[in-house]
Amino acid sequence: MAALTNKEESIEMRKVYCETMIQLAQKNPAIVALDCDLMGPIGMGPFQKAFPERMIDCGIMEGNMAGVAAGMSARGCIPFAHTFSCFQSRKCIDQLFLSAGFADLNVKAVGSDPGILALYNGASHMGLEDMGILKNIPGMTLVEPCDAVQLKWTVENAAETYGNFYIRMNRKNAETVYEEGSVFEFGKGNVLRDGKDVTLIAAGMMVKETLKAAAILEAEGIDAAVIDLFTWKPVDEDLIISYAEKTGALVTAENHRIDSGLGSAVAGVLADKCPTPLGRIGVADVYGEVGVLPYLLTRFKMTPEDIAQKAKETIRRK
Amino acid sequence: MDAKRIKELEIFAARIRLETFREITTLGFGHIGGAMSIADVLAVLYGEKMHIDPSDPKMEDRDYFALSKGHAGPALYATLALKGYFPMEMLKTLNQPGTNLPSHCSRVHTPGVDLTTGSLGQGISTAIGAALASRILGGDNYSYCIVGDGECNEGQIWEGALLAAHQKLDHFILFVDANKKQLDGTTDQICSMGDIAGKFAAFGWDAQSIDGHSISEISEAIDHAKEAAGKPSCIVLNTVKGKGCRPAEETAANHHLMFPDAEANRQEEERMNSLVKELTEEWRNM
Repeated sequence: MAALTNKEESIEMRKVYCETMIQLAQKNPAIVALDCDLMGPIGMGPFQKAFPERMIDCGIMEGNMAGVAAGMSARGCIPFAHTFSCFQSRKCIDQLFLSAGFADLNVKAVGSDPGILALYNGASHMGLEDMGILKNIPGMTLVEPCDAVQLKWTVENAAETYGNFYIRMNRKNAETVYEEGSVFEFGKGNVLRDGKDVTLIAAGMMVKETLKAAAILEAEGIDAAVIDLFTWKPVDEDLIISYAEKTGALVTAENHRIDSGLGSAVAGVLADKCPTPLGRIGVADVYGEVGVLPYLLTRFKMTPEDIAQKAKETIRRK
Repeated sequence: MDAKRIKELEIFAARIRLETFREITTLGFGHIGGAMSIADVLAVLYGEKMHIDPSDPKMEDRDYFALSKGHAGPALYATLALKGYFPMEMLKTLNQPGTNLPSHCSRVHTPGVDLTTGSLGQGISTAIGAALASRILGGDNYSYCIVGDGECNEGQIWEGALLAAHQKLDHFILFVDANKKQLDGTTDQICSMGDIAGKFAAFGWDAQSIDGHSISEISEAIDHAKEAAGKPSCIVLNTVKGKGCRPAEETAANHHLMFPDAEANRQEEERMNSLVKELTEEWRNM
């Protein structure tokens, strides 16, 4: 079971990623890591030290890395290939689509610094469309863990699950959401808080912002459910439908463009199966900017206050 | 390799061409030019050099092969069928609805196809990946790849060239089918690759340039490549696009051709079949 933690702590995600990869590699000789000259930023130095022959730092050649990872998996390795989310999607879509996806292989593509978490690297480095690009690869599982507990579970279970994955992750500190040892399931959302007036659906860094929004709403007498939809694809249709029926209004919150990500996936489910008022929080049809996180959250209307406001507007549309 | 063995592989190459022609003319159109130019190297690889078992296409320690110029799939399919990976009858299904022989190579669909291709430039990377994985997993197998000379326009080829050299992948052998043509014209007209072997040598590879239609030269080049320790090998095959298929050789723009004339197809098939018989007769008399 996945349960909310009471602890207030913030953990460095890349440290957990690297430690988990080392543990996996100790057990399984097929685990390998690839990178494109971003091994330092993703914190894989200790992995390289422990398994020098199993850390392939390709240099700055993302498309080639994606293809090499596909070929390695065809030969029996389980490759985790990392670069920034913007490059993993915009530079590797063709290789991930054909060499890995259509070939039904076993590549674990890892994309860090998603969306506005690219901070000072700005528009060029903000993967605000990575999920929107990679969701077009049939059969690829798209996951965005929100904290260290979920990241560790995701890396361990992606390694054990045959198929192509895209793991979108914050490489820096993330506030802990889940109790240590929480268990998840790919394709299933996690209800973090039940409610009857509105359902807030989020993933990644927006889970914490959304929990804060639910607290704001609670103070105003609005009972909001919160769902962590950490698997963007395949999307948990049953859970979305059941909460649409139960609460009659939904709001999605994503660190991504709203027109090709989580909000659009939920909108699709609702339109097909259960038309229900939906509000969407995320970045509009604009480019990113440089800045600190509080500025960027405000600039792109992604703060807990924005989410709470969107919830109230959406409830009025019931 | 003795003369009789060379003759056997010449027969194999002639049969690959014949069956490729049958596949494409059964459908009525196809990528004939670049399929015909690689028949000889396929004959040497699948007839002699590669460690494979057609009855066990997924054999763990097999050699891996990527046909990066995936549109030449029909030549690989002919090769695989002749080796017994699947029934010869299946060749008639090329590009028919529901087929397991799509225009471009797909590992999911076709027994014996190791790596999926069709977007030019990608096969070199997957073949490098197979070679790297073999090294990590402790295998002694080789990874082979064929790219086109036009395909070398792709930046991914040169990313792969850098990585394979840096990783000292001496169990990776790359063939460049230098048939001097790409879709829109000759490679010199479109985007000249210049001295391809020289470019790979400059990237730190063992590089050779040979007659891509000579069984003995291809065989010797592979043997030489296997001796090049600590570096990947590139073998530039100087070939003729459409080689051995008269209508293709006689057409300048022969990347993709239509074959609407049943009688002309029958005559060409007969001529190609006669060549197989002729070579077989020569082999018997050796």
